[in-house]
Amino acid sequence: MRIELEKRAKVSILFSILSPFIAFALTLVFGGIMFALLGKNPAIALYSYFVEPLIEVWSLHELAIKAAPLILIGVGLSVCFRSNNWNIGAEGQFIMGAIAGSILPVVFYDWQSPLMLPLMLVLGMIGGALFAAIPAFLKAHMNTNEILTSLMLVYVAQLFLDWLVRGPWRNPEGMNFPETRRFAADAILPEMLASGRANWGFAFAIIAAVLVWFMMRYTLKGFEVAVLGQSARAGRFAGFSSRKMIWFSMLFSGALAGLAGIAEVSGAIQQLRPVISPGYGFTAIIVAFLGRLNPIGIIAAGLVLALTYLGGEAAQLSIGVSDKVTRVFQGLLLFFVLSCDTLIHYRIRLVWERLPAIKTDEAH
Amino acid sequence: MGIVEAILLSVITAATPLVLAAAGELVTERSGVLNLGVEGMMIMGAVCAFAATQLTGSPYLGVLAGVAAGASFSLLFGFLTLTLVANQVATGLALTLLGIGASGMIGESFLGMQGIKLQPIAIPLLSELPLVGPLLFRQDAIFYLSVAIVAGIHWFLFRSRAGLKLRAVGDSHGSAHALGVDVIGIRYLAVLFGGACAGLAGAQLSLVYTPQWVENMSAGRGWIALALVVFSSWRPWRIVVGGYLFGAVSISQLHAQAFGIGIPSQFLSSLPYVATIVVLILISHNRRMTLINTPASLGKPFVPDR
Repeated sequence: MRIELEKRAKVSILFSILSPFIAFALTLVFGGIMFALLGKNPAIALYSYFVEPLIEVWSLHELAIKAAPLILIGVGLSVCFRSNNWNIGAEGQFIMGAIAGSILPVVFYDWQSPLMLPLMLVLGMIGGALFAAIPAFLKAHMNTNEILTSLMLVYVAQLFLDWLVRGPWRNPEGMNFPETRRFAADAILPEMLASGRANWGFAFAIIAAVLVWFMMRYTLKGFEVAVLGQSARAGRFAGFSSRKMIWFSMLFSGALAGLAGIAEVSGAIQQLRPVISPGYGFTAIIVAFLGRLNPIGIIAAGLVLALTYLGGEAAQLSIGVSDKVTRVFQGLLLFFVLSCDTLIHYRIRLVWERLPAIKTDEAH
Repeated sequence: MGIVEAILLSVITAATPLVLAAAGELVTERSGVLNLGVEGMMIMGAVCAFAATQLTGSPYLGVLAGVAAGASFSLLFGFLTLTLVANQVATGLALTLLGIGASGMIGESFLGMQGIKLQPIAIPLLSELPLVGPLLFRQDAIFYLSVAIVAGIHWFLFRSRAGLKLRAVGDSHGSAHALGVDVIGIRYLAVLFGGACAGLAGAQLSLVYTPQWVENMSAGRGWIALALVVFSSWRPWRIVVGGYLFGAVSISQLHAQAFGIGIPSQFLSSLPYVATIVVLILISHNRRMTLINTPASLGKPFVPDR
C-alpha cells in the first residue's frame, strides 16, 4: 500500500476549518489507547482529563489563568510564523519579561503608587522585546539562524532567573527559600470577577488576539506579514523589507511573551521563583498551530491547551496517572494538527497495488 | 591518572553525544531534510536505553534499545514531512515536545535508580600507549562507534555512489527525481539514520556520561548538535572538531565550579549555550559562504509528480 498526495486545485475551506477538530478527535482516540495501556479505564480517564475541569467555577478560573499566557504568546508567535520567522524562544522572552517587570516590586519594594502596575506591564513588554531583539538582530544583520539562537537564549534566561532568585533578589526575610519578596498590593494584577482567581491577564489576551486579528485582516502591515511569509521575493517587488519584518515580528512576539510573563508573575504567582512557567512558551507554539495561525482560532486553541494542563493535574489526583501525560497529549495534538493540515492542500489517496508502469501506450 | 588526562577524558565523554547526534543530523540534512527533533529523539534514546538496561541487566541491549527508540521516533517525523509533506520546522518541534513528554512518562518509574555503566573495552597493545592509550583505546563501545560513524559517513558521502545520490537529492530534488532517483526513499533512510544516531547519543548520556535517568537530561544537547551541523558546513570531520570544542566548553564549566572560581554557577552553566550562539554568528555572518555550503533543497518539501 502506498499513500499518494494529489494537489487540490483550490485550498479546501472545509478541511481548513475541520482539521483542528479532526486533530483533537484523533488525540482523544490515541489518548484513550494510551490510558488503556497504562491500565486505566479510558472513558473515566478522558472524562477526568477533559470534562471534570470544566464543571466547577473555580476550575474555570484556573482555565482562564492558564489560557491567558498561552493565547498572548501564541498570538505573537502567529505573526512571527506567518512572516516565516521562527521565534521558538518565547519561553525565554516570557521569563525576561517577568524579570524586567519585577524590577519595580522587588528592587523598589517600598515605592507605592497606582503607576506601579502599568509601569510593570510596560517594563515586562520591553524586557521580552529586548530579549527577542537578540535573535532578531542576529538574523537580520548577521544572517544567523533564529531558531537556534532564540532557543539557546531560553536556557540562558532560565539560568539568569535562577541566579537572581537565589542570589541578589532573594527575599531577605524569606528563610533562605529561593524566591523574591512577595509583591505589594499595588504590584498585583487584580482579579477580573469576584467569583474567582482569574486575573486581567485573560482580558489582555483576548484584546491582543482581537487587535492582531484586525491587523492581519484590515491593515497594510498584516498584508505585508502575509506576503513576506509566503514569498520574500514577491514582498521585495512590493517594496516590503524582509529585514524590517524580522525586526517587527520578533519584537512584537517578544513583547507579547514578555507581557504574558509579567502578567503571570504579578497575577498568579505574585513573586519570582526559580521556575515560573510550565513550558508556556513552548506550548504556545502548539497553540499557534492548532489555531491555524489565526488569532481567533488561537483563543480557542489556548483554552484547549490550558485544559490539558488542568486535566493533567486533575487526572493525577483522581485516577493517579502521571502529570507527564499532559506533555504527551500536547505533543500528540501538534502532530495530528500538522498531519491534518495536509488535507487542506492535498487529497490523500491510498494506492493498494502498483500501477503498471506503461499504461498509456494502449490508448494511443 | 594525571589531572590533564582526567580532563581530556571528560572532554571526550562530553563530546561523544554531540558528535554522534550531529553526524546523524548531517546525513539527514545532506539529503535535504531539516529535522529539528534531534533533542526529542535523543531524550527518547536516553530513556529507552536506561529502561532496557534496567530491565535486562545488559547495557548493550540498552544501547540497542536507545538506537531503536531514536530510529522509530524519527520515522514519525519522516511520515509527516515526507509522506504528508508537513512543515519540517513545525514537525521537528513537535517531535521534540513529544519526546520530552513521552520520555518523562516512560522514565518516571526509573527515577533515582542506580544505573549500570557501559564498561570500557581496552584494545590490546594500543591501550598500553602513554596518554593516547587510556584516552582513545580504553573507551566504551559508543565512543569507538562514534569514530567509526564519522569516518563511515565521510566515506559514504564522498566516495560512494549511494552517497552521491543522497547529496544530489539534497541539492536538487527535482533533478534527482528526473534522473530516476527515489527522492522520498533516500530521504526516509537519511531521516532514519539521523534518528538512530540521535538515539545512540541519548544512550551514551544515560549509560556512560551520567549512568542514571534524570528528566530532561539531554539539556539542549540536541539543539547544540543542530548548531554543530551548521558549524561544520555540512562536512563530517569538522563535526568532530566542533563537538570536541563544545565538549571542552561544557567541561571547563564543571572544572571552574570545582575550583571555586568566584563566578556564579548559573553563568558558567550558560556558557555552552552562549558559545553556541557565538559560533553560529561567526560561521554564518558571511552570507555567501553559507549559501554555498548549505544543501540547496534543505527544508523544502517535495511531492513527486506523476
